[in-house]
Amino acid sequence: MALPIRAQGFSWRHADRDEPAVGPLDLSIDAGEKVLLLGPSGAGKTTLLHAIAGVLPAESGEATGQLRIGDRPPDPRRGDAGLVLQDPDSQVIFSRVGDDVAFGMENLGLPADVIEERISTSLAALGLDLPHDHPTAALSGGQKQRLALAGIHAMAPQVIILDEPTANIDPDSAVSVRDAVLGTQAATSATMIIVEHRVDLWLDHVDTVIVLGPDGLLTQGPPRLVFGDPELAEALIECGIWVPGRAGPLRTESRPDGDLVLRTERLDVARPRAKAAAAAGLDLSIRTGEAVGIIGANGAGKSTLALTLAGLIPEFGGEVNALGSLRSGAKHARPFRWPSALLAPRIGMVFQEPEHQFLRSSVAEELALGPRLAGWSAVQVEERVAELLQALGLESLADAHPQGLSGGEKRRLSVAAMMAPRPQLLIVDEPTFGQDALTWAGLVGQFLDVLARGSTVVAISHDHAFLEAIGARRVVLGGAQRKKQTSGAGDTQEGREN
Amino acid sequence: MSAPTPSPVAVHDPGQLIPLVRRTALVRCNPLTKIAVALILMVGTLLSIDVVSAGVVLGFCLFALPATGLDLRAALKRLWFLPLGALLAAWGTAILAEKTGEVVIDVGPILMTTGSLEAATAIFLRALALAIPLIVLASTIDPRDLADALVQRLRLPEVVVVSVLAASRLLGLLVSEWQTLAMARRARGIAGGSIVRRTRSLFAGIFVLLVQSIRRGTTLAMAMEGRAFGRPGRTWRRASTFGSDDRLAVVVSLAVCALAIVAAHMLGTWNPIVGGN
Repeated sequence: MALPIRAQGFSWRHADRDEPAVGPLDLSIDAGEKVLLLGPSGAGKTTLLHAIAGVLPAESGEATGQLRIGDRPPDPRRGDAGLVLQDPDSQVIFSRVGDDVAFGMENLGLPADVIEERISTSLAALGLDLPHDHPTAALSGGQKQRLALAGIHAMAPQVIILDEPTANIDPDSAVSVRDAVLGTQAATSATMIIVEHRVDLWLDHVDTVIVLGPDGLLTQGPPRLVFGDPELAEALIECGIWVPGRAGPLRTESRPDGDLVLRTERLDVARPRAKAAAAAGLDLSIRTGEAVGIIGANGAGKSTLALTLAGLIPEFGGEVNALGSLRSGAKHARPFRWPSALLAPRIGMVFQEPEHQFLRSSVAEELALGPRLAGWSAVQVEERVAELLQALGLESLADAHPQGLSGGEKRRLSVAAMMAPRPQLLIVDEPTFGQDALTWAGLVGQFLDVLARGSTVVAISHDHAFLEAIGARRVVLGGAQRKKQTSGAGDTQEGREN
Repeated sequence: MSAPTPSPVAVHDPGQLIPLVRRTALVRCNPLTKIAVALILMVGTLLSIDVVSAGVVLGFCLFALPATGLDLRAALKRLWFLPLGALLAAWGTAILAEKTGEVVIDVGPILMTTGSLEAATAIFLRALALAIPLIVLASTIDPRDLADALVQRLRLPEVVVVSVLAASRLLGLLVSEWQTLAMARRARGIAGGSIVRRTRSLFAGIFVLLVQSIRRGTTLAMAMEGRAFGRPGRTWRRASTFGSDDRLAVVVSLAVCALAIVAAHMLGTWNPIVGGN
């Protein structure tokens, strides 16, 4: 039995903020309705989802108004809602894949034989072809996201609540993951609410689009109506909503004629302490001023390759060598051997999880750190910080604590902080995660700026529009394919993906 | 569930103390059995400080090591300091223990007699005989199996056990988290440098780690609630059972314990820690 969701003047304010994170808003979602929830970065989409799932910790903020699932306030202990959070890493519950999928079903009190059966079905549905005792710590970000979805798939809840469920999933399998989610919904006719910036992926499969603006509900209606109205569409674009077919790629010339800055020969990469390579036999030639996009399925070793290229983890086999201007003045050719002070101004690395690299207590200080360490003058630092804050829509957050930002804001800040000193080589892992159309364009603009100034960008991204916008040539990682790279002057930038 | 014969382990859990290479009968035993075995062996070792009882238990432990399915080379590499620590303890004993018997070494302040050397050997064997079962215990118990056993067999409250279990996974993640944070500091140019800088950077890192842990804990709690955790009437995927292997393991360890005590008495080396002569 699906349940309707109703909100009346509902709002939620975090204890340490003056403005409510979401609302006040009125909302009416019918039982069995499929809803795509949109809104600019920082509009409170995630908070609203958490409120509906009933998992907002009471002590961390204050709710006003009314929110009801069915005829009662949200309560996770009723077991009718299933929630997948934005951060795939923090929602792994157990150390074995099978146990993790079983968790929700055990809570629902299902008998053991049903649980065993559904573990296999759900893992298969989400494309996780792994033994039940596979350690969850050995999964990649995208695989963890699939795992969390498999847990919900197995529970078959009355209300399905998903926060960016395909953000970390490679585009080639995003469709099958979406279909698995839709299958779960269809099986129980559950009420479903999804936050997702890949609007195109879901648009034809939802009944309703709800758009949150900075001041509450912007509009609610069937997708055709919301996006079909030209006036409304303009308003949505202004507000930063991804409007299908509107985000035209900005192209730039890749520069295959530049000098080599980084070269690998038969490079094998692996996480520290791993016994087998995550990706093997990679020959890469990266030139100054070019953009390289590293793509491939979840678990293909993309993030591990990024860390290895950035000189942060040792090569498993083969070598990464810096050349030319990138190497000048360094005693060793391998970036892994460089001391931190030498590495940072040359190679900037944006990690998959932004929280890891925040070191200061305010957004502005975070941005100023890199340029200051690189020896910029105070005036230059100030100008650069102001420029980045403005370009990435972070002005109003200059004094906020980095750890208190929303998911999309953290992502922008972590990219901006590494970009600030304009390192010669910028390696970024999923730089556009959780961005709305406006902040996305801001990020692209900043990438184009550093590229124009002769920096090199290596981007790991499932966001093909982004790779196209920065004119990146593609390197495909994964499986038997291992590596596909066009060489030298023949570089092209047309998307080879479907 | 698991196959009856030792099956190879495909992917190693990065959080494990010592990697498991085979799932042997001992590995498949109930966690409570493993704890019982370790406790029984401990009794055999702890009751008396002598070469024979400690030697019997240690000998059995070494003999049984292949049955633990652990990667012994990795164990040596990671735990090399254990024998070293035991040796240091023995050295201290050799110098400080009661000087009985003939003088063996007499160099300035260092005086060792046959009596003190024997005590030292006993301490050395004893330390290892205590350490090995505990290490095997820590490396082969799957926390999830332990939780199953605690709730189903010992009837501990399930909400508490599951919460602790989930949190213990986070604890294991701290190591890799710390490595990532170290990488991130290096990438931002603030790693290395003078001792003062390193120290400051260390504390900054610890702070971030704390913040991260709290954040992760909160998120994990949300994720668990988001999957109906706390709903009354929880079931368990696996039944925690005791089989013939479990009985065998307990019987063998009891026999070893008894053998250690009897042998020490018969050879006249029994030297109990409480009472005695």
